[in-house]
Amino acid sequence: MNNHMVTRSLAAVCGVGLLASLAACGDNTAASESTSATKDGVASLTGEYAGAGASSQQTAVEAWIEGFRSQAPNATVAYNPSGSGAGVSTFLTGSTVWAGSDKALSAEEVERSKSVCASGTAFDVPVYVSPIAVAFNLDGISTAGKHVNMDAATIAKVFNGEITRWNDPAITEQNPGLDLPNLTITVVHRSDKSGTTLNFVSYLKDVAPSAWPHDLSENWPNEVGQGAKGTSGVVSTIKQANGTIGYADFSQVGDLGTVAVKVGGDYTPISASAASKVIADSPVDTSVDGDNRIVVDINHKTAATGAYPIVLVSYDIVCPAYKESKDATFAKAWLTYVTSAEGQKAAQDAAGTAPLPSNLAGKITASIDQIKVG
Amino acid sequence: MTTIDHGALLDTQHMIPDIDAFKTSRSTAKARARKDQIMRVLFTATFVVATIPLVSLLWTTVANGAKRLNVGFLTHNMTGVIGGNPTVVGGYGGVLHAIIGTLEITLGAMAISIPIGVMCAVYLIEYAKDGRLAKTIRLLVDVMSGIPSIVAGLFALSLFAIVCGPGTFNGVEGSVALALLMLPTVCKSSEEMLRIVPNELREASLALGVTKQRTITKVVLRTALPGIVSGSILAVARVIGETAPLLMTAGYIVSTNVNLFSGQMTTLPVYVYQEYSKLTANCPPNAGASCVTTIPMERAWSAALVLIVIVLVLNLIGRLVAKICSVSTER
Amino acid sequence: MTSTTRTSERHNDALRRANGAMADRLFKGAAYGSGLLILGLLAAVAVFLLMRAWPAVAGPRSATQEVIASFTGGRFDSFVHYVGPLLFGSVLVAALALAIAFFVSIGIAIFISQYAPRRLAAGLNTVVDLLAAIPSVVYGLWGALVLVPATYPFWDWTAQHLGWIPLFAGPAANPPRTVATVALVLAVMILPIITSMTRDVFMQAPWLHQEAALALGATKWETIKLAVLPFGRSGIISASMLGLGRALGETMAVLMILSPGFGYSFNLLEASKDQTIAANIAAQYAEANNLGVSVLIATGLVLFAITFGVNYAARRLTRKATL
Repeated sequence: MNNHMVTRSLAAVCGVGLLASLAACGDNTAASESTSATKDGVASLTGEYAGAGASSQQTAVEAWIEGFRSQAPNATVAYNPSGSGAGVSTFLTGSTVWAGSDKALSAEEVERSKSVCASGTAFDVPVYVSPIAVAFNLDGISTAGKHVNMDAATIAKVFNGEITRWNDPAITEQNPGLDLPNLTITVVHRSDKSGTTLNFVSYLKDVAPSAWPHDLSENWPNEVGQGAKGTSGVVSTIKQANGTIGYADFSQVGDLGTVAVKVGGDYTPISASAASKVIADSPVDTSVDGDNRIVVDINHKTAATGAYPIVLVSYDIVCPAYKESKDATFAKAWLTYVTSAEGQKAAQDAAGTAPLPSNLAGKITASIDQIKVG
Repeated sequence: MTTIDHGALLDTQHMIPDIDAFKTSRSTAKARARKDQIMRVLFTATFVVATIPLVSLLWTTVANGAKRLNVGFLTHNMTGVIGGNPTVVGGYGGVLHAIIGTLEITLGAMAISIPIGVMCAVYLIEYAKDGRLAKTIRLLVDVMSGIPSIVAGLFALSLFAIVCGPGTFNGVEGSVALALLMLPTVCKSSEEMLRIVPNELREASLALGVTKQRTITKVVLRTALPGIVSGSILAVARVIGETAPLLMTAGYIVSTNVNLFSGQMTTLPVYVYQEYSKLTANCPPNAGASCVTTIPMERAWSAALVLIVIVLVLNLIGRLVAKICSVSTER
Repeated sequence: MTSTTRTSERHNDALRRANGAMADRLFKGAAYGSGLLILGLLAAVAVFLLMRAWPAVAGPRSATQEVIASFTGGRFDSFVHYVGPLLFGSVLVAALALAIAFFVSIGIAIFISQYAPRRLAAGLNTVVDLLAAIPSVVYGLWGALVLVPATYPFWDWTAQHLGWIPLFAGPAANPPRTVATVALVLAVMILPIITSMTRDVFMQAPWLHQEAALALGATKWETIKLAVLPFGRSGIISASMLGLGRALGETMAVLMILSPGFGYSFNLLEASKDQTIAANIAAQYAEANNLGVSVLIATGLVLFAITFGVNYAARRLTRKATL
């Protein structure tokens, strides 16, 4: 028995050893890449750098990690899409270098970041702008690739259960060319706590306050329609029945129909460039506590032509100084890459995001420069 | 709760057949035969009814999963996978890192729970017999088998948050959560197996002057080994597909991590869930036909299929081990 | 010479015996320790959860209220109001799943153990064991993507024809991401567990009793009723409890299928009525801040207490009945 135990544990150890030898293979990367050495030691960066946070950023971050590899081939970057809240909590314990978050830091979180950052307080930089589509599934309309026009008040009433049929006059008046059926509207919303929900309802609250009586919240506030977990849950629910309408990240809606939203006097269909326009038309919130922070106060009431006002802005949260100097080098290089035209293009290709508008670029560079390297 | 009370309990409380019930009369004999037929059909029908969803489930998994299941899928991880594009080495990523994670975390859970569970069973059967403490332990083991998996996850999370600081993600944290779920099953099945080891064996061994410890390890455990192994395999099969506790303890990464004690680890169930959460991949407008937008769901189904196959293989191994061991004890 | 060998032998013997006694004591200690560890573990689960949940229980009330309000979109702000509907939903879904699975799985267990030919039974056993191991996330995938659209006509029919029963009051939600669909999926999930346990028990039913019943002229069904089911009673209850426990704690399938709500509703066919504790934890966990996690762990503690209580009560009942 004892001998058997010994052989068995030996076998187990060997098994683990075998697994360990497998570790290196499996990576989907070309064996070695010649790299154009970039500034101040980024190319020589080694070690592991972990981030965690918003799941909305996941696809984009995966593309960025791949792109960043060409700048720092020996650095391993990992991102856990655990969610904004969990990401910020983890960041504030000091076990990750950066956090991704769908919402800017709270004053309390900025205060707590003093204990993790070597000096100063953490700050947020917008890295990811994604239009939120109001998507629907309606036989004969979404299948024909047509848009339905709606203004904010109509959207608010639909999602608050006051407009319950597709041929309600409020909708047909705005869509003279469409033959809308006499069909019940099934609203689909997120069932989990989500930055997408917060951005969607803050659009409704800003533009149509009288039609949207609920407080701002990351959780859906009423009992209308159906809730589904995550963007994937919302999209698959919309696809499963005729007459459904919901909101989801644009890149995920696939062949569903989308609502063209009234901006100024026109109805703007959703697109990445239209989403960039509303960010370009939005001020940076200077009232927030802490230094270097770039918090976009999305101007939902924008009247800029061709702007699509329902967007999600997601941030990367970093320290201005790190206890480990290579963490600082990494954070600076990472943010520089991510916010560069190249990084934004990579995200656009991989995740269908909207590029950061050029008027923010200067402010972003100024903030990133505040990261103390060396 | 109320559903438990009827059905199985029916009207008979006593084990001795009620002979009067079988007094034959022509009419009752016919009615009884008919009732017997009806029940036979009913039992067969329940089986058929239950088979429908199960066949549908397996069919969906196999039909969807076979599409992307190939050697490349099993030997690559998810690094360098961008949108729906194929990677530089060809293929669309894979589950190597998740297979390694699942195996290591499950092995970790076995290493924690099987010794404790078996020793606990030894205590109950060989030492405590029917004492008060033994009764309490039996009761609590039964109660423990009902612990919801998410509570086990929260326990491991809280334990590591308090011991190692908040925000800790590593493989062994997942092992602890799974071990908590496995423990009662291992303990109970081992107890059952030790119970049926004939007392004559123990007495013979003790009469030869063999110490109690050696009697238990060499005779009792040896005899019960096949049963203990198959019980443990079933316990493993129960926990290997757990998602929620691993999502909050072991985390998720795209690259391969073989260190159970440091860094996040992806497991197959979590991988399936993450790919489902992506639902579709984005393809830039100029991408060619090699960019597949539905690739995440295809990967999810393939990974699910891999997971089911692993469980099946584990089951087979367990049966094989049980068979080999049982032969050797008869010699 | 001889005497020295004898003494050394005796000495060795004594040494071996002392070693044996030592090993004996160590082994007994290890066994005893493992037994106690089980007790300790259960206590540890409760203690660690309580420690992590403490900020939500004892912290400043206004902060907790704010967190709960953010979890519920401003519907409630007290913990009791928050956890109440969740608890109701958990119990409702699990009880329904058990109600559906109970008879079917006992039927299968009887079919396998009593009716099926030996060869077929062996095959079926393997299938049941395999099904017990299908991961919940796969059930979730299948439920959300295959079962939900497939069952709508059936639920619609039910709502139209049986709508006068309050449970089935319509109109049926489309897509049917409802308590009824979730209960169906959970029933399928716990079916193999209950089946494999009850089957094992039925297999062990004493042959003598069955043969005696058959010899007295009992039909097959009467034999089962008289000599198999009563024997398996305690096994049936513990299997059901295990199934109920799994259904109560099932997370992924519920999370992926159910459209949640914060009510106390028996309308099984309508969406956004109920939610379970486990699925709620998974849905809120990722985006929760520190205090939010504490609140969620506190709800997990409630779930733990409920499953503990249910299992404990069931054990006491079966122990009493069998003794």
